Amino acid sequence: MTGELHTERVRSRTVRLTVNGVRHHVRVDTRTSLLDTLRERLGLTGAKKGCDHGECGTCTVLVAGRRVYSCLTLTVALDGAEVTTVEGLAAGGEPHPLQRAFLAHRAVGCGYCTPGQLCAAVGVLAEADAGVPSAVTPDPAEPPALDLAEIRERMSGNLCRCGCYGRIAAAIAEVAR
Amino acid sequence: MHTDRTDRRGHRPGRGAGIPERADDARWRDAPWNGGHRGEGAGRRDGNGWHRGEPDGGRDGDRRGERGGERDGEWDGEWDKVTGRARFAAEYSPRAALAYAVPVQATIARGEVRNVDSETILTLPGMLAVLWHGNAPGLGVPEDSGLALFQSPKVAYRGQFVAAVVAETLETAYEAAARVRVDYAAEPHDVVLRADHPRAYRAWEDAPGEDGREAVERALREARVSLDLTYTTPAYHHNPLEPHSTVAVWEDQGLVIYDSCPGAAAVRDTLAELFTLPPSLVRVITPDAGVGYGGAATTRPQTVLAAIAAQVTGRPVQVTLTRRQMFAVTGYRTPLVQRVRLGADGRGRLVALGHDVVEQTSTTADPAAGPGAAGGPGRPVCEVLYDVPLRHRTHTVVPLDVPAPSWSRTQGDLPGVFALESAIDELAAACGLDPIELRLRNLPEADRPGSAAAGLAACLRAGAERFGWAGRDPAPGVRRDGRWLVGTGVAAAAYPVAQSPAEATVRLDADGRFRVRLAAPRMRPEERAALTTIAAVVLGVTPERVEIELGGEGGAAAGPPAPAAAGGDEPEDVVRWGMPVVRACEALAAMLGEREAHPGVPLEARARADAPDGGHAFGAQFAEARVNLDTGEVRVPRLLGVFTAGSAADADALRARFTGAMTLGLSMTLCEEGELDERWGGFLNQDLSHYLLATFADAPDVAALLLPGDGPAPDPAEADRLTGLGTSGTAAAIANAVHHATGIRVRDLPIRLDALVGRLPTG
Amino acid sequence: MRPFDYERPWNIDAALAAVRDTPGAMYLGGGTNLIDLMRLGVLAPELLVDVSRLPFDRVEETGDGGLVIGAAVRSADLASHLGVRRRYPVLAQAALSVGSAQIRNMGTVAGNLLQRTRCAYFTDVTKPCNKREPGSGCPAVDGVHRNLAVVGYSPSCVATHPSDLAVAFAALDAVVRIEGATGPRRVPITAFYRDPGDDPRQDTVLEHADLITGIEVPPAGAAAHSAYRKVCDRTSFAFAVVSVAVVLEVTAGAVRDCRIALGGVAPKPWRAERAEEVLYGADATEENFARAARTEPAGARPLRDNGYKVPLVRNLLTRTLIDLAKKGA
Repeated sequence: MTGELHTERVRSRTVRLTVNGVRHHVRVDTRTSLLDTLRERLGLTGAKKGCDHGECGTCTVLVAGRRVYSCLTLTVALDGAEVTTVEGLAAGGEPHPLQRAFLAHRAVGCGYCTPGQLCAAVGVLAEADAGVPSAVTPDPAEPPALDLAEIRERMSGNLCRCGCYGRIAAAIAEVAR
Repeated sequence: MHTDRTDRRGHRPGRGAGIPERADDARWRDAPWNGGHRGEGAGRRDGNGWHRGEPDGGRDGDRRGERGGERDGEWDGEWDKVTGRARFAAEYSPRAALAYAVPVQATIARGEVRNVDSETILTLPGMLAVLWHGNAPGLGVPEDSGLALFQSPKVAYRGQFVAAVVAETLETAYEAAARVRVDYAAEPHDVVLRADHPRAYRAWEDAPGEDGREAVERALREARVSLDLTYTTPAYHHNPLEPHSTVAVWEDQGLVIYDSCPGAAAVRDTLAELFTLPPSLVRVITPDAGVGYGGAATTRPQTVLAAIAAQVTGRPVQVTLTRRQMFAVTGYRTPLVQRVRLGADGRGRLVALGHDVVEQTSTTADPAAGPGAAGGPGRPVCEVLYDVPLRHRTHTVVPLDVPAPSWSRTQGDLPGVFALESAIDELAAACGLDPIELRLRNLPEADRPGSAAAGLAACLRAGAERFGWAGRDPAPGVRRDGRWLVGTGVAAAAYPVAQSPAEATVRLDADGRFRVRLAAPRMRPEERAALTTIAAVVLGVTPERVEIELGGEGGAAAGPPAPAAAGGDEPEDVVRWGMPVVRACEALAAMLGEREAHPGVPLEARARADAPDGGHAFGAQFAEARVNLDTGEVRVPRLLGVFTAGSAADADALRARFTGAMTLGLSMTLCEEGELDERWGGFLNQDLSHYLLATFADAPDVAALLLPGDGPAPDPAEADRLTGLGTSGTAAAIANAVHHATGIRVRDLPIRLDALVGRLPTG
Repeated sequence: MRPFDYERPWNIDAALAAVRDTPGAMYLGGGTNLIDLMRLGVLAPELLVDVSRLPFDRVEETGDGGLVIGAAVRSADLASHLGVRRRYPVLAQAALSVGSAQIRNMGTVAGNLLQRTRCAYFTDVTKPCNKREPGSGCPAVDGVHRNLAVVGYSPSCVATHPSDLAVAFAALDAVVRIEGATGPRRVPITAFYRDPGDDPRQDTVLEHADLITGIEVPPAGAAAHSAYRKVCDRTSFAFAVVSVAVVLEVTAGAVRDCRIALGGVAPKPWRAERAEEVLYGADATEENFARAARTEPAGARPLRDNGYKVPLVRNLLTRTLIDLAKKGA
């Protein structure tokens, strides 16, 4: 068994990533998730590790504009990708309307799920604009209107243990109007 | 690693080739609102050279200058949370390259560790250490022996930490932890909670005899209406989304810990005992954001592991528990079997009550500590809510080969109120009375402020009005909306109002500055300035020499919805913290003479002020439940909580806490269940796809109504207590609504479709 | 997680060759289940061959009115496709019930079909499981199995297959397109999954290096209505306790075509052939729908704690048939 361990070497790759508009060349272990790359290598700790298995949503970021779980995303598979994290939402220093709305609605509890909620909410707005339906979109499909029922269904991939769901949904609804 | 902005980011090299380095805290400097790079010594590093996550450190001024008044009334800590800058315990980056420790958990529920094959694992590239009881440093054993990591070969429960690996990278550490081979000598285990368990012991009971058990049993036999009901609730895991995490570093000045536990003073004292250090050489820093409730409130094994691993490797070490690990070692609410017996006269007046509770504990827990580790009987909620002439309660504990539960408060918290308030609903049905009317008939006589007669009655009446209770048809199972059966339910709750003690620590550092550390998570700048002045006056120095540090020793609770108080209120923090600051500064001033005798010795003084008992806050919860005729699916579209709020300074903050807690209560009622496999022990479901939490789509329209009055005001910062009041009552209100909708009484939580499908009319 | 190599070939031949030449190689699609299982230690591939950017990322309409859905199409894109939404509601609804929006943005159609069971013993490497380690035993038979199979299982494995899309595809008589060492082949979805038998390791008939390239969906009948109904332990973002996919065509008050598949009850999408037989040609009445549903799940042998799934399947199927018949009326 000792020999077996000795012969194994860490496999690594250099990956080009653009994160919040900043280009990086980062050499990573093939096993490293996008989440760990952001948090442990790039110092971007906004995306959170809540479960590391795609079950809680705290790691949500946008890759090429689509929201994904960065914990289940291998960094090596992202060569050339554009990533946006919560740190990049305030473009040019101007707060994103969702950031203001979350504060105005007191939609922030302990704060751990908040970055993922914000990135997911950005995804909700973009997906609705693109006509992506949800499980509660009336059938046959009209262009989806973001009422509270739609927002709740579309945000269900992001858990909040402080129970702020109602306030977060209200904040998103305000921005969606 | 190299980036296009390396020089601006100020990366430090790692320890050697191939070791990924941890980026310095780039986003603080590069953040567009932060004015770009700031040099060291600009107020964001503490005396140990660490970046501090103080909510109102020097950078506030920068942002205020840039942002003008855009965030009027918002706390900077809150702003940090929506920009990703709020730092949690695992996110502090020390100067030296960080190493990662990952624990290895027992796969037996009882027995001993014979050997850990550390030599083989150490040949993996990037490995720094394998720790187990065969090689770990000795520790001073604290009362909670669960924290004495690697001090004994004994395994007391499945999932206990029996070893750990420390490696240069997270990837290697995870891999190594999974590959460590542990040899055990397993012994038969016993993990199933039963009321008639031979090892069960009576933790306490009300006095037996003429006015106790015998009288209650006689009264129950003779009562016009008598019910004997058993309710069960499963093991509940706190599952804060922030995993328990710690960064530990040993410095010349002692041990420095960044920890997700808000109870920093407790962590400090525990670590000082474990590592036989004076408390002044242990510095525990708790960030201003994070877990703050449930199992996070006390020292957890990952903190001890980080400290040991840092000591052994000479490196700063981060430990972040995986979600699976959390299920075993971060505490949980014990499963409960509760027998409730109620007797009433013909008018629905309670004549007797029996409440017998059975819970589990670990074999390592000290029986003298009482049930639920942190709980204890307390003043029973039934006594506060209702006037019952005769009552008898027992509390039985069964020690099993299970992890130690963390707290229970079964009489007043969700499980206890679930049983009592479900039984009250069943009694109302048996008496043919409206459940609100039955409760009003049983209120205590005294109509003084703060009593149930005033508080609970007001909550029930206001809630009935707001919820539209009037004219409710009591018949179960008769209302339909399409394929859904519809019903409504109500439950009452009471909760003791008290604040945790306020502790202040004052230290004279070598630089001649006095640092006052408070457990407050955050504070308005003007109150902070006032406390600075108070300290300076007592110490007899200029205010420039005094610094107030927040979120440090003493602990800061930042749990469910944010307590951000708006400006212009009473200076509550000065009131709360003023006295301990004065006392600590007085003590330090008295010690100042010694400094001349022993130059170079740091001086430190500490003082605390206990909070007074605040009486009880009351609540009533109303739920609408809809149950699908075909599938048994339960939906709760409406949840209303009405709470006495005294003269709460910030009603919206309080409402946010309550609606959050009620949502948590809904989750525990409909979704959550810790599952046991008795053949292996430990919890079988250890992730968030098997231990389900309520999602956005489950969250109903949750509203909280606050009744101002003369009673005590809950403090929004008291996350635990408010969560207790907010969640207690939710389960019973929903269960009662499900009964009203379907005619089916579910006495075992969670209420899931399998309890209902096939028992509903299908036509 | 064990170290592994990573390759991203730019064409299918290179992908096939890369996996064929490395016994421990696996294809990587969206990774939502594979990375999860690797982190749990359930899977430890030596090489991941990333096929997520191969050109199988489109939904194409065939000349006869059917569809070919590329293997790498994401669930979100499948659900958004107008042709799918209009003509195959059962498929769009199944796609929208997959995981969460993030999972739907990541996970591919082929990956959805190939995901592994969520049986809690399978995902816990500290406990026995015949699907992970043949011969180690199945603790679920006598253990926690509230959400496991009631039909089609074997004593060696009582797991359910968790896919939503597979259930919809089963009701649509879809065909899986596979490229392998021996060239391309087509396998009906109903023959794609293996029965667990004595060796439940392999969920499907795929051999090493076989690669799904797409799913063929036959033309939808002009008068057909279809629906996917999923029942979970919470409202959203959960695996099915039970699901049903139904394609129903009613003409002049009689059932002309009826195809039913059940999810959450068996190790594979379970075609409800008995109920289909009862309904063919029968009057489209509530009584007949209930009578047909009562024949399912045919051959069910519930375990100690999952008998509730039987009335759940029957009620859910009856109601779905009634609702679809109303649409056609």
